[in-house]
Amino acid sequence: MRVEGKGLIDRTQRLSFRFDGTIYRGFAGDTLASALLANDVRHVARSFKYHRPRGILTAGSEEPNALVTIGEDGATDPNVRATVQELYEGLEARSQNAWPSLGFDLLVINDLAAPFLGAGFYYKTFMWPRAFWEKVYEPFIRRAAGLGALSGEKDADHYEKAYAFCDVLVIGAGPSGLMAAWTAGQAGAQVILVDEDSLMGGRLNAETLTVDGTPGADWADDMVSKLAAMDNVRLMPRVTVTGAHDGGTFGALERVAHHAGAVPKGGVKETFWRIVAKRSILAAGAIERHIAFRNNDRPGIMAAGAVRTYLNRFGVSPGKAVTIFANNDDAHRTAMDLQDAGVHIAAVIDSRKDAQALGDYRLMQSAVVAGADGRRGLEAIRVQTASGSEKIATDCLAVSGGWNPTVHMTCHMNGRPTWDEGIASFVPTPGAIPGMETAGACNGAFSTAACLAAGVAAAKTTLEVLGLAAPDIDIPQADDSPYAIEPLWAVPGNGRAWLDFQNDVSVKDVKQAAQENFASVEHMKRYTTQGMATDQGKNSNVAALALLADATGRGIPETGTTTFRPPYTPVALAALGAGAQGKGFAPERKTTSHAASVAAGAPMIEAGLWYRPSYFPLRDEKTWRQSCDREVGWVRSAVGICDVSTLGKIDIQGPDAAKLLDFVYTNTFSTLKENRVRYGLMLREDGLVMDDGTTARLGENHYVMTTTTAAAGQVMRHLEFVTQALHPEWDVRIMSVTEQWAQFAVAGPQSRELLNGLFDDTIDDSKWPFMSCGLVTVQGVKGRLFRISFSGEHAYELAVPSRYGDSLFRLLVARAEALGGGAYGMEALNVLRIEKGFITHAEIDGRVTAQDIGMERMLSKKKDFIGATMAQRPGLTETGRAQLVGLKPAGPVKQLTAGAHIYADGQEPVAERDQGYVTSVGFSPTLGHFIGLGFVTDGLSRHGDVLNMVDHVRGIQTRVELCDPVFFDPKGERTRG
Amino acid sequence: MRFSGLKVLTEGLTGNQGWGPHWRNPEPKPEYDIVLIGGGGHGLATAHYLAKVHGLTNVAVLEKGYLGGGNVGRNTTIVRANYMLPGNSEFYSHSLKLWEGLEEDLNYNVMHSQRGIINLVHSDGQRDAFVRRANSMCGQGDDGAMLDRAGVEKLLPFLDFEQTRFPIYGGLYHKRGGTARHDAVAWGFARSASDRGVDLIQQCEVTGIDVENGVVKGVQTTKGPIRAKKVGMVAAGRSSQVAAMAGMSLPIESHVLQAFVTEGLKPCIDHVITYGMGHFYISQSDKGGLVFGGDLDMYASYASRGNLPLVEHVAEAAMTLMPAIGKAKMLRSWGGVMDMSPDGSFIIDKTDIEGLFVNCGWCYGGFKATPASGHTFAHLLATGNSHPTTVRHRLDRFRTGRGIMDEEATGSQHNLH
Amino acid sequence: MRLRCPICGARDRREFYYQGSAVMLDRPGPDAGEVAWDDYLHLRENPAGDLEELWSHDAGCGAWLKVTRNVSTHEIKSVELAREVKR
Repeated sequence: MRVEGKGLIDRTQRLSFRFDGTIYRGFAGDTLASALLANDVRHVARSFKYHRPRGILTAGSEEPNALVTIGEDGATDPNVRATVQELYEGLEARSQNAWPSLGFDLLVINDLAAPFLGAGFYYKTFMWPRAFWEKVYEPFIRRAAGLGALSGEKDADHYEKAYAFCDVLVIGAGPSGLMAAWTAGQAGAQVILVDEDSLMGGRLNAETLTVDGTPGADWADDMVSKLAAMDNVRLMPRVTVTGAHDGGTFGALERVAHHAGAVPKGGVKETFWRIVAKRSILAAGAIERHIAFRNNDRPGIMAAGAVRTYLNRFGVSPGKAVTIFANNDDAHRTAMDLQDAGVHIAAVIDSRKDAQALGDYRLMQSAVVAGADGRRGLEAIRVQTASGSEKIATDCLAVSGGWNPTVHMTCHMNGRPTWDEGIASFVPTPGAIPGMETAGACNGAFSTAACLAAGVAAAKTTLEVLGLAAPDIDIPQADDSPYAIEPLWAVPGNGRAWLDFQNDVSVKDVKQAAQENFASVEHMKRYTTQGMATDQGKNSNVAALALLADATGRGIPETGTTTFRPPYTPVALAALGAGAQGKGFAPERKTTSHAASVAAGAPMIEAGLWYRPSYFPLRDEKTWRQSCDREVGWVRSAVGICDVSTLGKIDIQGPDAAKLLDFVYTNTFSTLKENRVRYGLMLREDGLVMDDGTTARLGENHYVMTTTTAAAGQVMRHLEFVTQALHPEWDVRIMSVTEQWAQFAVAGPQSRELLNGLFDDTIDDSKWPFMSCGLVTVQGVKGRLFRISFSGEHAYELAVPSRYGDSLFRLLVARAEALGGGAYGMEALNVLRIEKGFITHAEIDGRVTAQDIGMERMLSKKKDFIGATMAQRPGLTETGRAQLVGLKPAGPVKQLTAGAHIYADGQEPVAERDQGYVTSVGFSPTLGHFIGLGFVTDGLSRHGDVLNMVDHVRGIQTRVELCDPVFFDPKGERTRG
Repeated sequence: MRFSGLKVLTEGLTGNQGWGPHWRNPEPKPEYDIVLIGGGGHGLATAHYLAKVHGLTNVAVLEKGYLGGGNVGRNTTIVRANYMLPGNSEFYSHSLKLWEGLEEDLNYNVMHSQRGIINLVHSDGQRDAFVRRANSMCGQGDDGAMLDRAGVEKLLPFLDFEQTRFPIYGGLYHKRGGTARHDAVAWGFARSASDRGVDLIQQCEVTGIDVENGVVKGVQTTKGPIRAKKVGMVAAGRSSQVAAMAGMSLPIESHVLQAFVTEGLKPCIDHVITYGMGHFYISQSDKGGLVFGGDLDMYASYASRGNLPLVEHVAEAAMTLMPAIGKAKMLRSWGGVMDMSPDGSFIIDKTDIEGLFVNCGWCYGGFKATPASGHTFAHLLATGNSHPTTVRHRLDRFRTGRGIMDEEATGSQHNLH
Repeated sequence: MRLRCPICGARDRREFYYQGSAVMLDRPGPDAGEVAWDDYLHLRENPAGDLEELWSHDAGCGAWLKVTRNVSTHEIKSVELAREVKR
């Protein structure tokens, strides 16, 4: 119910919203949780395993119960914590994990069967019959489990990522964080202050405590205004620091638009920040813990601090007759605040015998709550005292088992927190995160005065490290009450007392785990699922491990804790993966001929990051094969044009350029004459083939290397490694020029004819023999011409600066068409190279040697080169290795398929008989049948053998004859002619 | 104690008071026939098979932390047999068959779920490579099938077939592949080994390996010296440290591999899906969390934690491939220490020290190997000879040039110069 | 993780390419024998502490770096240019 005169909400702004279809009203400044409580809605969810009715437990991001679904279709957002969801006009929330409805959930049967479904029950059953696991048991478990549901549609919202840099990152804007930011800001440091709440101030907004005589919320508001006015301080509300990572890097999630309803088109829903901070101050506060007793999960049973939050910040009392159950003084404030607001306090039950009442309410000392009634909403509690038992009618029980410092972030880099007997909880271990100070409640200092002072102290330590002079700061006056607590984890008794609310882990489960010798805290966690729910044990881990310690006869420090890992609160994949949806995942590289190719109707296919034309269809062609066959024919009979710019091009200059090439290639380049090109083979240091390509010598100290498209980056890095890390004494410079040059293959018997007339000078075989290169002028543009061939035809590659690529491509294609040819794509290029037995990375897949591909003669014996030594290892040189062969059909089935395996003829096609595999296949229009390349055991010496090709997965089987990989023009007369 | 549905029922009716410990807590004896260093999945499996297959129960498993606390407790639970090369093919085939009888063997439900694995194909080259792999699987007698785009769409309609940066042309479908409940695997093996008489000793760190004249004599531990006729090193990411105690260097670099889980969600992904273009894979646990991961962080690490670049890259891959999971929220991340071998394949072999055996180099694929790793390592320890499925997995294969480079870009030296 | 490139300054890890142990700087001669080559290429000390390793500022200046880093804590102790180390 709403309480007049209380809260920071704006009562002038009324908002309406729906929960499970019912319309309710709230105010601006409400959360969904506070608005539901104001409307006396207590039962809002069902638990994960037993589908027990649950209400709102907390007022923060640690909420384990009140998870709802918001939004429709692609904007459907499951598992939203009602406690952090700000209210907006028209908000529609739905309950989840209940069928058919929240009020009547059939799976509540699980709760009735609970005796059979305790910790680890599934490991002990469902084993028979075997086939039932996938078909019956598992589908049932899966449907019963889970929380909210995804819509199944593409995420319709827009997310972003950003970087920020600062001197000091302050995490949490409560009293400690505000003072830390103020102090660091005054010193001139670049400060970022983040808080997960929309309203900065932390618990000052949730308490009636004063600072310097003014209400805490007003003081915080004033301080936030002062910080906002400083140029060197950046305030980031609605931002959760999700993780502490190496090098002062923090992940942080900004909920940009969750409070505003539908995001306008183009608007951002969330931003994932990478904040790089020289130093950081953690002022993350503390989280109140529960006490386990029978049915302590009934809707209406809440954290005592949360009840104060709802009252003081939102002007809501969660009950009309409130009871309080605590083991510490702090919770008594809940009674005082409620009473001051006119809410009836039925009783305060304190487990301590010396507990003192702070005001005029009924205090029951040495008393515990032993049970709760009211399945879908609390009706009464049973209080156990030394003298007996008493039933007290109540609709809200505020519980406090003490406070746990929010140490989570300090554990993100493997730090383990330290047990502090005084507060019966864990505190951060200093130095757990390099460069991080901890201040205030997250460090176990619970009074407002201590928090204010701790913020200043942490900032001063930080400033000193940064070399900034610390300003004089007056620490404001505030409450400095001691924190008096006697640990109480669970009330003994029958029935189920809950620890992890969402995962339905009870005290009995923890005890049973210990009984079954799951005595390690990690074993207990994994066996019971304690702490594995969406709150990651924020509400329950400390109590659970205290109970485990008790059950195993150890102390808490000895028992230890499980590890907190990022993220602090869950982060949407759409935020972490912002920008990647659709084509955003990887850069798109396009050649200069891209537009012309697309205009010509060529399907563009991915080749690494590049796009390349698959084929150039003519109007009457129905299949890619028709186009491919025709393009191959053009090259064989006339002339074809193909963009080969994606091949890596590396410019190598300097007096020691030849030394470098001799060292990275297996063959020799120092002997290459100027204006000549040579094919080179490159090994890795382990003796296996890395890459191949041609290198041209343009001048005495100037080479241009080409690499395959796939290995361009790897080879460049390799050359950098050799020149910097192995031979820095060499005087040589290398530079990737892949993107600076557009390069086109002009291939076919008419290629010279095509080029002549294009250049200022005519070319002929005497000046431009096979494997020559040099400079040419193309209609006034300086270019490079290489007489090399990947098709086996008389061919050239012509390179011009990239800005001329588009026009040159169009010009070349037009001239080719006039000569009876035209552009050709990757399919034809592939067939042409297979006809010639040229290899690509389909063959050199990182597992083959030079010998395997018939290039042993390219391993120079006169020099050292990368891979020379290890290429001679016995395993790489022995017989029995698979070697490159050509393959042609030799049986009635004429089709070959890449990926098929080769077996001995007439034998069963099983692994033990496996003799090889097919790497590349194409239909050769030139030869009129399928041809292939593959690797077969000792294949180099087995040309003529007939074996069995089996493609199990495609159901194709045929006899194949092994042959020389060069199917067409084996003497190379067309290339040279 | 035999586990069964009936037992769960009777215990439930009598207050669940009768459940005994899963394993004993023995103090170490002064001497064992065999000491295994490492109480992770592979060490516990080895202990189980030593006892069950070879009748060797004078065996101790020494674990410096808690049982199953290594990579068996921090992986993405995938079980598959989709290998290509001789050596790996028969080994993982053997492993999958052991998985298929594991629940019966252990009397423990490890929730082995053969829900099927789909490796997506994004180019002709990738398809050819997967066809080669699938044909290897078929030749090995396992299942492997190629799906075209329509076939993938039928099984995985929620993928972004239209806009993804690397369009989906099909997939390799391994129906018998799937997942298992990782912790349960460790517990099941531990319970069985302990019941059969093997001593599982937790909080017992090995601090030295005693070698005299080239023969292993035992180990030094934080619980005192223990003599042993044979010692098996099964320490995964910590293998190099253990081997160093015997004066050995291994061909291993330890790297971090991160993995992630989202909040629980109602069933939405029924298979295991891998997306090679983004080094991304995902499945949904029976609890409802989406379990996913990617590539190594790509730097040596023992920290069991990674950094944001990889976290974001993995999420980016998820968003381009399946934008329908954008509002699934990452709940937890963790990192495992991977013992990366140069060729990406494992090592199970003798060492030059008599009586000292090594089991390491699982890279990021150790979980699915757990039963066969234990089974074949037990065979080696018990008989002195390699099991037929591990004869190629020698310690010296890098020196001799007989590496097993099965999966592209795997192993510590795919970046070799 | 951030590395301080001696040429470019402190940069995010994603600008860098990782190679592995800095053993790779000391390439044996062609006749050093199989043990030396096996050591160079395969066998690794793989310490759980400080490791000298090679990184490349791949998306920056292209410099190869010798980095000393604690691989258990990820603390970076020093960054040097590989070419300076070799000289």
